[in-house]
Amino acid sequence: MLGMNKNDTTMLLLVAALTMLAPFILNPFPTDSGLAQFNAGYPDLMQRFVIFGIFAIGFNILFGLTGYLSFGHAAFLGVGSYSAVWMFKLLAMNVIPAILLSVVMAGVFALLIGYVSLRRSGIYFSILTLAFAQMSFNLAYSVLTPITNGETGLQLSLDDPRVLGVSQTADGSIPVTNLFGLEMRSTFEMAVGPWAFQFNAGYYLCALILLAVFYLSIRIFRSPFGLMLKAVKSNQQRMNYTGLNTRPYTLAAFVISGMYAGLAGGLLASMDPLAGAERMQWTASGEVVLMTILGGAGTLIGPVLGAGFIKYFENIFSKINESVLHSWFGALPDGLEDLLVTLVYPFVGKGWHMTLGILFVLVVVFLPGGLVEGGQRVTAWIRSKKAGGNKPTSTTEPAE
Amino acid sequence: MGILEVKGVNKRFGGLQALGDVNLSVKENSVHAIIGPNGAGKSTLLNCLVGKLIPDTGSVMFDGQSVLGRAPYEINQMGISRVFQTPEIFGELSVMENMMIPCFAKRDGAFEMNAIGSVLSQKDIIAKAEEMLKDMNMADKRHMNAASLSRGDKRRLEIGMCLSQEPRLLLLDEPTAGMARADTNNTIDLLKQISDERDITIAIIEHDMHVVFSLADRITVLAQGTPLVEDEPQNIRGNPKVREAYLGESG
Amino acid sequence: MAGLGAQSAPSPFTQQPDLADRYGIIIPRPPDTHKDKTTNPKVGAMDAILLQILNGLDKGSAYALIALGLTLIFGTLGVVNFAHGALFMIGAFCAVTLQRLLNLSFETIDETQTDFLGNALKVKTPYVEAWFGPQMGGTIIDWAVPLAILFAVPIMVFVGYAMERGLIKHFYKRPHADQILVTFGLAIVLQEVIKYFYGANPIQTPAPEALSGIVNVGAIIGMDIVYPVWRIVYFFFSLLVIGGIFSFLQFTTFGMVVRAGMADRETVGLLGINIDKRFTVMFGIAAAVAGLAGVMYTPINSPNYHMGMDFLVLSFVVVVVGGMGSLPGAVLAGFLLGILESFASMNEIKSIIPGIDQIIIYVVAIIILLTRPRGLMGRKGVMED
Repeated sequence: MLGMNKNDTTMLLLVAALTMLAPFILNPFPTDSGLAQFNAGYPDLMQRFVIFGIFAIGFNILFGLTGYLSFGHAAFLGVGSYSAVWMFKLLAMNVIPAILLSVVMAGVFALLIGYVSLRRSGIYFSILTLAFAQMSFNLAYSVLTPITNGETGLQLSLDDPRVLGVSQTADGSIPVTNLFGLEMRSTFEMAVGPWAFQFNAGYYLCALILLAVFYLSIRIFRSPFGLMLKAVKSNQQRMNYTGLNTRPYTLAAFVISGMYAGLAGGLLASMDPLAGAERMQWTASGEVVLMTILGGAGTLIGPVLGAGFIKYFENIFSKINESVLHSWFGALPDGLEDLLVTLVYPFVGKGWHMTLGILFVLVVVFLPGGLVEGGQRVTAWIRSKKAGGNKPTSTTEPAE
Repeated sequence: MGILEVKGVNKRFGGLQALGDVNLSVKENSVHAIIGPNGAGKSTLLNCLVGKLIPDTGSVMFDGQSVLGRAPYEINQMGISRVFQTPEIFGELSVMENMMIPCFAKRDGAFEMNAIGSVLSQKDIIAKAEEMLKDMNMADKRHMNAASLSRGDKRRLEIGMCLSQEPRLLLLDEPTAGMARADTNNTIDLLKQISDERDITIAIIEHDMHVVFSLADRITVLAQGTPLVEDEPQNIRGNPKVREAYLGESG
Repeated sequence: MAGLGAQSAPSPFTQQPDLADRYGIIIPRPPDTHKDKTTNPKVGAMDAILLQILNGLDKGSAYALIALGLTLIFGTLGVVNFAHGALFMIGAFCAVTLQRLLNLSFETIDETQTDFLGNALKVKTPYVEAWFGPQMGGTIIDWAVPLAILFAVPIMVFVGYAMERGLIKHFYKRPHADQILVTFGLAIVLQEVIKYFYGANPIQTPAPEALSGIVNVGAIIGMDIVYPVWRIVYFFFSLLVIGGIFSFLQFTTFGMVVRAGMADRETVGLLGINIDKRFTVMFGIAAAVAGLAGVMYTPINSPNYHMGMDFLVLSFVVVVVGGMGSLPGAVLAGFLLGILESFASMNEIKSIIPGIDQIIIYVVAIIILLTRPRGLMGRKGVMED
């Protein structure tokens, strides 16, 4: 289907089902139950799932395929956000031109930074991208204040020109982002018995875009261009002596992944029209690295899973506080309860990052293929059990 | 006029004269071996031919065009392919993919942005790669990871990859180094077959005299960065200057 | 990713309002946030330049110390350690810990003092004062930060040793990208542990009373340059540590073997010398250097859990500029970039190129990386590509 083989089609359909049904999947608990606070199916969070999914898919095109580890990708996300907000300020509140400009601007920045950074490889490349990103961050905070509004962040105001729209609505408030009149914040609530599900226009726009760019990344992975990128990762020496110029290949990958990041930034601003410099900081770049590695770098679905996983558990874990823990372990004898709470507490709530860090170290050490490799190992193990203890025949994936 | 003409090439590394006034002419469709003791400058010469090093003075002409100042990939596109001492292949990719990459390089040039069409729809590339795999007797290994091949198979794959670019000159850098006797003989047979069946010039740098004398039409002996003798194999064998270069002044 | 240290200052040196208020001295700042006193007409151009060099020296000291440790680890073990900033931070928190330990107190009821209702006041007395007498005890508490050096060295060596044996040794043969990733993860874990125990806010850790004043260092040469004493202490302390490391490597057999191993690991291994064991020790030493830099830095900048991450990026830039694997290069580049950064933050310069103080180090790093990949003093063949 659509020029893909069966596995890829299944994967695309799986992602489509996950994203389209997310309002149901993420709200498994009835609204009045004690666990309702662990529902993640509200628009704000769902939007972040898919937006960071897009960011990670793009990062994976660079890191997963070529092996070039960029520590500055958040800069492109920031550029995308600023561009989009400026579009809302100057042109109109329609998200289409804003998103387009985000992608283009991020692409231009990626071309410039990539052209310079890709003259080096390995750790030097990582440090160059890091240096560029920190430079952008520092500039956004200081001299570029007229463009970025410094520490406060760039926001909409009532006296923005918005030449194709209105500066303020009839009731004197700032207009909201929309897609040809469909407001991004408009949400339809559906109550089914004790459950409530929210369907948000902005979320579905993001989800559709995610599907489109996910499909695009499948095509890139399976294309001759993708094959060349894998060859860059595998052996640059052989590439050069096979008459292939590696630099335009890596630069193209860098620009494409920068545009994905810009798209993510533009969507962030489209959902909530403000942009701040902290989006560009190198720790933000580190986050997309975490997502991609955790999910499985170099695999198609890995980054999407990684982004979803991190954003979901960030939400869930950070909501678990001491009293929630006490209620969980309440059935146990008091001493044991307190002991368990004390043991678990550092890793939940505000300690979520500790759990994330430990998880990340464990993945890098034991599961370099991330969640995807974990899944494959489990399936292989189950199959070998079913087959009556027979060893699974190890065959590498066919090329075609 | 040979297909490869090296004239007056000098190369210094600091105080060390690695190559001193090297002249070399490789005739089209011949097998030309370059031999010499360790440190004679064989690898430096090879690196000057493929664009990895630029000589201080002198000229390197391939088929009437200078190769100096061009990047390795450009020189390769002119028709010079290189086989490395340790096989350089794409270890993480399958044997079939390894073979397809040079086919793409031959058809599309140094860079082609084909990011949407599937690799599988490239029927001509697939057919060509399949054929080359058959020629190399590796068709049954097409789905294997290249890294998991045996040393001999890696060598065959690398040679096959070079050949699928249809180069006019094939450069081999000690292709049998570190190989068992059987593998060495297989490689000799393969190279003989290539040289007989194809319209190709082979230049080979080699330590192993068995390999050199089984293959070469012509031999250049390098010593201390300068060509000592250039002659046909039977005349090289008994040449006292060559013995001296290999065994030192006393021998 | 707020928890990973977002909201941090663009440069760890530029946001120290408390310090400026305490010392009334000139610190480079982000533009528009504070008035820069270098414009004071009473201060001449020459004084201003000297002051910037001084400012640069103390920044440079911190850069140099961290970069030295990074380079030791890279040169000996070939590992790119993204957790090195975390070691710096742990050192700083050693000082915090010692200060808290020394301030552990017991309560007594003092009948002689009463509050306004006439109740006797509860008075806290630190154990140290009870043991050593108020005079001596008070001095010990006052000197908590310098004393923390003794406290920090064994802890840092142990932390470094545990890190190397427990995690990093498994990554020698893996690609640099994997090393970066695993040490990055480790850095997150370490900073979260510190955050759990010490909270997210900066903790004031003052210098000893005697060393916390200011001094007119210009008086010697007849100029008027006022400078905090502690920063001068920090500079000489860093020179001492750097000198110590270099003489250790130069004059001891152990150091000689390590240097030989840095140059050619295989040959030294063939000589039957267990080079790995020595390298492990070097990791501990590098950790101690980072830790000491952190301990002594606490009075200059109140430590918080993400100070390691803030310093990490800059230290890497320093290492790259100095030349990957070159110890003198790391020290030189540290001081050089420190001085450069403080010059770039002079108003005269900033009015010509706005924002230059924010990016100067990165610009230099980018230019160096592109034109001289080996760095200022890098050895041939070390990570050249």
